[in-house]
Amino acid sequence: MYFKPRASEKLANPTLQRALANFKERFVGARTEAVAQVPNFEELREAAKAIRNRALANLDLLLEEFERNATARGARVHWAEDAEAAARIICEIARTHGVKKVVKSKSMVSEECNVNDALEAQGVQVVETDLGEYILQLAKEPPSHIIAPVVHKSRDEISDLFAEKHGTPRKTEIAALCREARDVLRPHFLSADMGISGANFIVAETGTTLIVTNEGNGRMVTTLPRVHVAITGIEKVVPTLEDVALLLRVLTRSATGQPISNYVSFTTGVKGAGDLDGAEHFHIVLVDGGRSKLLGSDLWEALRCIRCGACMNHCPVYQTVGGHAYGWVYPGPIGSIVTPAYVGIENALDLPNASTLCNQCGVVCPVKIPLPDLQRKLREQQVDRGLRPWTERAALRLWAWVAQRPGLYALGTGIAVRMLSAMGGKERLLHSLPGASGWTGGRDLPAPAGRTFRELYRKRAVRQ
Amino acid sequence: MKVGLLVTCLVDMMRPRIGFAALKLLEAAGCEVVVPETQTCCGQPGYNSGDRRAAQALALKLVREFAGCDYVVAPSGSCAGMVRAHYPELFHEFPEHLAEVQRLASRTYELTDFLVNVAKLKEVPGKFSGTITYHDSCAGLRELGVQGQPRGLLARIPGLKLTEMKEAQSCCGFGGTFSIKYGDLSAAIADKKCNHIQASGADAVVLGDLGCMMNIEGRLRRRGDGKTRVLHVAEVLAGMTDESRE
Ligand code: SF4
Repeated sequence: MYFKPRASEKLANPTLQRALANFKERFVGARTEAVAQVPNFEELREAAKAIRNRALANLDLLLEEFERNATARGARVHWAEDAEAAARIICEIARTHGVKKVVKSKSMVSEECNVNDALEAQGVQVVETDLGEYILQLAKEPPSHIIAPVVHKSRDEISDLFAEKHGTPRKTEIAALCREARDVLRPHFLSADMGISGANFIVAETGTTLIVTNEGNGRMVTTLPRVHVAITGIEKVVPTLEDVALLLRVLTRSATGQPISNYVSFTTGVKGAGDLDGAEHFHIVLVDGGRSKLLGSDLWEALRCIRCGACMNHCPVYQTVGGHAYGWVYPGPIGSIVTPAYVGIENALDLPNASTLCNQCGVVCPVKIPLPDLQRKLREQQVDRGLRPWTERAALRLWAWVAQRPGLYALGTGIAVRMLSAMGGKERLLHSLPGASGWTGGRDLPAPAGRTFRELYRKRAVRQ
Repeated sequence: MKVGLLVTCLVDMMRPRIGFAALKLLEAAGCEVVVPETQTCCGQPGYNSGDRRAAQALALKLVREFAGCDYVVAPSGSCAGMVRAHYPELFHEFPEHLAEVQRLASRTYELTDFLVNVAKLKEVPGKFSGTITYHDSCAGLRELGVQGQPRGLLARIPGLKLTEMKEAQSCCGFGGTFSIKYGDLSAAIADKKCNHIQASGADAVVLGDLGCMMNIEGRLRRRGDGKTRVLHVAEVLAGMTDESRE
């Protein structure tokens, strides 16, 4: 997975660039407003961080508590060591219950585990019901954002897609497109044997899983079919419902700028004797997939993530290339940490480096993950494991060696600035510079004055 | 009060005038300024490229060079931020240096922050007539809280009008070696910054970090804008914006 060429391709795509510009305005603006309405938002972030830290510090105990309480209410908890295991478990559940059709609400962990492919391979029909995910399923594309998966597409593209795939007259109004999707999806909800959802949090004290959604499809997925599977990462556990209440306050504000999402659906156990709806069978698949290895490592703070998307919404790199450039399920700053952590640092060399370390992400993250610091840690690991190109290593080593020798450094920089100054000509600009085409490809280099500060300062001292 | 001027490697090479402007301002604020002659670089390129050991060697060198100063001041939020916000972390595996490093880190300031909050500069010597817009460089803003300080000082220059651009706080796309490793991406981010600068209608964009200045100026010129000036806040405050006078 190569970030760099993909990023260049995205830069050259005007439709995407327009979509990204709109998206940024909307999401950044919405969060700013929502946060301004809460007088103590910074305190809430601190409290959210503390809750997540407490959960991670007691992860094993809380997971066991969760399993006990979920089981007591008739759910069954499955432990998946990795993505393949998760897919296997879900396929097995589908087989056991004779499932022919699955409706899904949005779940990034199911993307991580390729659940759809695995189910389809055994002949199960899978229908995504989150509007964005449904569009992507029609277009056969992966999501490019963790909460706004279809943000890379323009309305025009969606109009074309619906007309082609549904065989209906082309519509351009958003409301009409939504109605069309609803008409297509409604029968699927009613005929599906199994619903698959994610879980934004799982609650240890009650054995509850919950999803935060805006479209209402999630509620149907979790209550209409006779079998419900909730899949999520093991790190999503929190001790109490009280904790959830606080986390929700920062989650939706950071994500979409809403004080609360349209729906927050709590699922606790199976359909009871007098219940009118709910699934008869409730399976909860908890995925490790590299998470337990992060605990106690330099990168453990990434596990606090509550997947709000604010870091990518505020990231100048994400805003410029979109999510697909990142190459795996999770894009943006948090993706640049968890992708190398979960798929192998050597398989995602670009990601932690493709960042200006501006920390626009860190200051908005609702659980205060120091994302640039973690990117830097990964850069250190790349250097320690000899994974950087030799030219870069040699250049760094030479620079560090010279910079520790002030006499040599003064000589070298003195020569360099004279050369650069001469190359700057009358315009005082360099339009190209051998070895620095990365810079001069898109920018001029303002020419230096031709003498270093140190030379001029010494001359001045002599004069005085 | 004895202030060590951390010139920074970029200013030393690319735009020495910024160093002299900083010197002038510190002296105007009544400081005794020393400029350790052996200083080279704070180690940031190594640190941000994952070469921790190189960064540690240079950091230790800097700590020793400025040991005798009451304060260390840099005309750069990024270099001051490196010392103040990152040196303590950089030495966590060397507890024997930690006390020394922490002491220096806590006495290190970005220039305008220092002039306003420590030295309490009274008269701003600069003269400027025209409209400027201020770009908040990331490290200064988010690591050191530099935001009101430069604006407050600039506002004291008669004839200078400050107009805010859109998204003054968003990154210009420089990012050190990022700007070379991911050149087209970096330039594309710089492009958005340039749009906002030009839309503000200002005669000059003023900022506090030479890396970002080179990025913004380089992109403006490549786009064919030879007119919008790109100035360091120290140059404007010290009245040293005239190209011909060096
Ligand atoms: S890292 Fe922070 S900002 Fe990014 S998705 Fe996770 S919680 Fe949200």
